[in-house]
Amino acid sequence: MGKTLFEKIWEKHIVKQVDGGPSVLYIDKHFIHEVTSPQAFTGLNKRGIKVFRPTQTVATADHNVPTLNQHLPIKEELSRLQVEALIKNCAEHGVELYGLGHPFQGIVHVIGPELGITQPGMTIVCGDSHTSTHGAFGAIAFGIGTSEVEMVLATQCVMQSKPKLMRINIEGELNKAVVSKDIILYIISKISASGATGHFVEYSGSAIRSLSMEARMTICNMSIEMGARGGMIAPDETTFNYIKGKMFAPQGAEWEQKLNYWKTLYSDGDALFDKELFIDAAEIEPMITYGTNPGMGIGVTQKIPTVETINENDKSGLQKSLTYMGLQEGAPIKGQKIDYVFIGSCTNSRIEDLRMVASFVKGKKKANGVEVWIVPGSKQVEKQAVEEGIDKILADAGFQLRQPGCSACLGMNEDKIPAGKYCISTSNRNFEGRQGAGARTLLASPLTAAAAAITGVVTDVRELLN
Amino acid sequence: MRAIKNIKSCFVPLPIENVDTDQIIPARFLKATTKDGFGKNLFRDWRYENNDESKPKKGFVLNNPAYKGSILVAEKNFGCGSSREHAAWAILDYGFHAVVSSFFADIFKNNALNNGVLPVQVSEGFLQKIFAQEADAELAIDLEKQKITICNTGEEEAFEINAYKKTCLLNGYDDIDFLLSIKEDIEKFELVKTY
Ligand code: SF4
Repeated sequence: MGKTLFEKIWEKHIVKQVDGGPSVLYIDKHFIHEVTSPQAFTGLNKRGIKVFRPTQTVATADHNVPTLNQHLPIKEELSRLQVEALIKNCAEHGVELYGLGHPFQGIVHVIGPELGITQPGMTIVCGDSHTSTHGAFGAIAFGIGTSEVEMVLATQCVMQSKPKLMRINIEGELNKAVVSKDIILYIISKISASGATGHFVEYSGSAIRSLSMEARMTICNMSIEMGARGGMIAPDETTFNYIKGKMFAPQGAEWEQKLNYWKTLYSDGDALFDKELFIDAAEIEPMITYGTNPGMGIGVTQKIPTVETINENDKSGLQKSLTYMGLQEGAPIKGQKIDYVFIGSCTNSRIEDLRMVASFVKGKKKANGVEVWIVPGSKQVEKQAVEEGIDKILADAGFQLRQPGCSACLGMNEDKIPAGKYCISTSNRNFEGRQGAGARTLLASPLTAAAAAITGVVTDVRELLN
Repeated sequence: MRAIKNIKSCFVPLPIENVDTDQIIPARFLKATTKDGFGKNLFRDWRYENNDESKPKKGFVLNNPAYKGSILVAEKNFGCGSSREHAAWAILDYGFHAVVSSFFADIFKNNALNNGVLPVQVSEGFLQKIFAQEADAELAIDLEKQKITICNTGEEEAFEINAYKKTCLLNGYDDIDFLLSIKEDIEKFELVKTY
């Protein structure tokens, strides 16, 4: 019987199988950041050991960092201490750090791919659930806890049980103004925030094949939002073309050799999945969430569900969510007033996202009373945006282009949405208080978010396109 | 890591589904560089009015003196969302040694096991029986026998746990100890890997 993409990679990385237990899985690349690594380094120091394979770990500062005046010392003391701890730990253990001020600094899941560190066939982990992003390259990539960060630092391995496998096929052509964020929000709204728990998901089908690498990353990024351990897409010409020539991509003879191997990474025709789902791309319209988990999403022209119409998994939470959000069951979401627009996060802060926003808002102005933050995913994205004149287009529209970091995605720095305010956000989580205590988050694509910035209300972006 | 064998205690009911780790410990409290002291911010925004410790929310179970004990019982999909291990540290630091639910998010489950917090997955029916108990009812969890019992009624259910993880918990050793013990195998693997 054939093998799935996941199995082909998994099997090559098993160091040892523990009797009645998990497998010892070898990790090729490990990303760390300031929030989930300090306790892991403390653990190593307590044991009196050094990082086992320092060149296989790469560090950046992203979760905590300010997005204005990054050249100044971080004002918030605890944030500064975490960033300083990272600098010290990396120096002591010989780990490469792309910290504040470094031209490669940025959100960990944005910089790995753009530097060519992320490659097909790899196992990749990071103390961050959205590590699933890297799966877009045909890698097994997943988030781990801090104890596991310590394990990887100490031994370059983690202990994992093989997850169940699920395939989601999306066939057909996407409608106008429907982008990859809409695809993933649609899938999660169909299968719920726990619909893929225990599974690793492979996305396939013609609609996925037609997407750019950056759009594929958006999809894999949010796999965790339906409970999956990770998501992945088989590598193809789009993947190879993206990687070729990147800073840390293989070169010359090594490139040829790797390429030959990468071309074998796909699920065989007769491979079996524990679960399989089929979606018609034509069903999907621009999506938006109304509730407090990412499964609570609808098409922008639809009405907020009522207790009778909502999917079984979200029934008991609906009222609680709507009370928190200050929304009514059965009401249309279109026309809902917006106070903040956040375009950023590891889901949608890459150059294509910024280009998409810029080409839409060119010549338009933001609505009065709406605050718009555009936070690029990395220094390189920021630089490119300036080179392409995107910064000017955004500034003319009244949008603020800030400096790279996680920012309002989780509000660990100063970028918080005030209590009770509505924020349309291109990030990945609409949990209570995620963007600041009491903040109300509506998740959407960069296009739908940009449209709301222009009109000041939730808008069907198609009405603003000619 | 602390070893766990048997836990017999009252429980704290949290009949809410999809409790995510942002609720268990909000991001603004992730700034410590040690593992201690997170318990006081456990469920912070559900616990206090406007983030003000002098204003506990009356309706929230951790503020209800009738409920205590070292077992937390929650509805399905507990621990979803962010991978922050701080969620497990906060639960442990607050004084919980086990969490009972009909479903756990994967990363949380691993994090809990790595910190000596036992995730006990029960059937939906059994979970509802627990929720139906009075405030002072006790639960008994026997890790060796993999069994959870409602003490008042004697009703019990078996739960699953990976044999390796069970040994770790019973003996109080963790994955890092194990991995360090097989370092030679890892070095050998690096020489022969085929990709
Ligand atoms: S942007 Fe948000 S989701 Fe992504 S790594 Fe940062 S905090 Fe996590």
